[in-house]
Amino acid sequence: MIKVIHCTVNGKVREIAVDERESLTDMLRLRLGLTSVKKGCEAGECGACTVLIDGVAKNSCILLAVWADGHEIITVEGIRGKNGLLHPVQQAFVDEAAIQCGFCTPGLVLTGVELVNSGKRYTGEQLREKISGHLCRCTGYENILNALEKVVGVGSQPTA
Amino acid sequence: MYDIKETFRANSVPEALELLRAHPGAIPVCGGTDVMIHLKERKLRQAALVGIMDIASLQGIYLEQTGDLFIGSGTCFDSIYQNPLARACVPMLADACNQVGSPQIRSVATIGGNLCNGAVSADSVPSLLVLNAELELTSLEGKRVVKAVDFHTGPGKTVLETDRELLTGIRIPKASYEGHGGKYLKFGQRNAMEIATLGCAVNCALSPDGTIRDFAIAFGVAAPRPIRCAKAESLMLGRRPTGALLKELRRAVLLECAPRESWRASLELRTQLIQELAERASRCAIEHAGGSLDD
Repeated sequence: MIKVIHCTVNGKVREIAVDERESLTDMLRLRLGLTSVKKGCEAGECGACTVLIDGVAKNSCILLAVWADGHEIITVEGIRGKNGLLHPVQQAFVDEAAIQCGFCTPGLVLTGVELVNSGKRYTGEQLREKISGHLCRCTGYENILNALEKVVGVGSQPTA
Repeated sequence: MYDIKETFRANSVPEALELLRAHPGAIPVCGGTDVMIHLKERKLRQAALVGIMDIASLQGIYLEQTGDLFIGSGTCFDSIYQNPLARACVPMLADACNQVGSPQIRSVATIGGNLCNGAVSADSVPSLLVLNAELELTSLEGKRVVKAVDFHTGPGKTVLETDRELLTGIRIPKASYEGHGGKYLKFGQRNAMEIATLGCAVNCALSPDGTIRDFAIAFGVAAPRPIRCAKAESLMLGRRPTGALLKELRRAVLLECAPRESWRASLELRTQLIQELAERASRCAIEHAGGSLDD
């Protein structure tokens, strides 16, 4: 059955008709064209579909679109600054060459944004735990960790 | 598309119970990290889902007047791990909650779902068993309390009457955590995104003379359901904690477990793990209770 939901996506209030059987991943990709949200395992394991829901990184593949009703969703399309520049996390990924095939990148960037927004600083060990819900099958983890160290690592300069 | 017939969203416990009664076979969903996977694997078809994620009364952690710790069934693992009360009263449970899945999973998956899913590998369950947790099951007719140790009846099976009851809360008696030390150890092939090959929880308290006053040990994946080992526990009472006593414990727990061979691990490995984790978790728990081991 089609249901109408209301949510804020990347800062814009949206009214969206969704099939109650569809995942939030499908709603974002197919109805709103936000293809930074990747379809990987579709079972909550790989983290490619990660989005921020009310500021918290969650897997959108195992969440029904109808259950996003009333919530605020952020995807990579919604994180650039007003001046059009990349988000500091994105810039750090570029600077550290933390991207190989790019499939895991949007999810990892959003987890990075969540960490930046926490205002905390993280040790290398903590960062490893924080990104443990993202699989990079190019196994490019070292550069990803280097990028995150740059923005939220102990000793990094506050960016938020 | 998920194989879903219809979805509902409840804003209160009575509303959820009405929906469960009106739609026999409907499944309550909070974090969905088990239910949605079952749908994906076609273990569930044409499901009616009752969303209970918006029910505020199911979330939160507080101390009751008696000093018992109450955890709402809809509280997610990350909230438990971050909660100062939970960390102060039941650090072993807080740590166990942080060993589930990944950060994204722990931000949605709930302790109530972990129980109701009925998995023998549920990471929060061994700790709840040794903490003598009581589960509050609510129906439209009223409430009943079931001990966590009596909740599971087999793999994926519990005493919850799913058409008319909702697990609404978990109560950990003050007497089970005050002055106690505990530890949950999980064995898996990797640190994250892992289902326990074996889990062991120990909760204990010592007398002023250093002997063991209270001792509880529980296992996940060591039998068809999460279990306590009552005989092994009684063996420990009144004794001084020593390496020799832990060797006795290693033998005793095996008699009460019924491990199985699976693709995840062989029977030999599980047998080894039952003994090894029992000893290691006991050592940590005794230290956390303020004791030291005379070897």
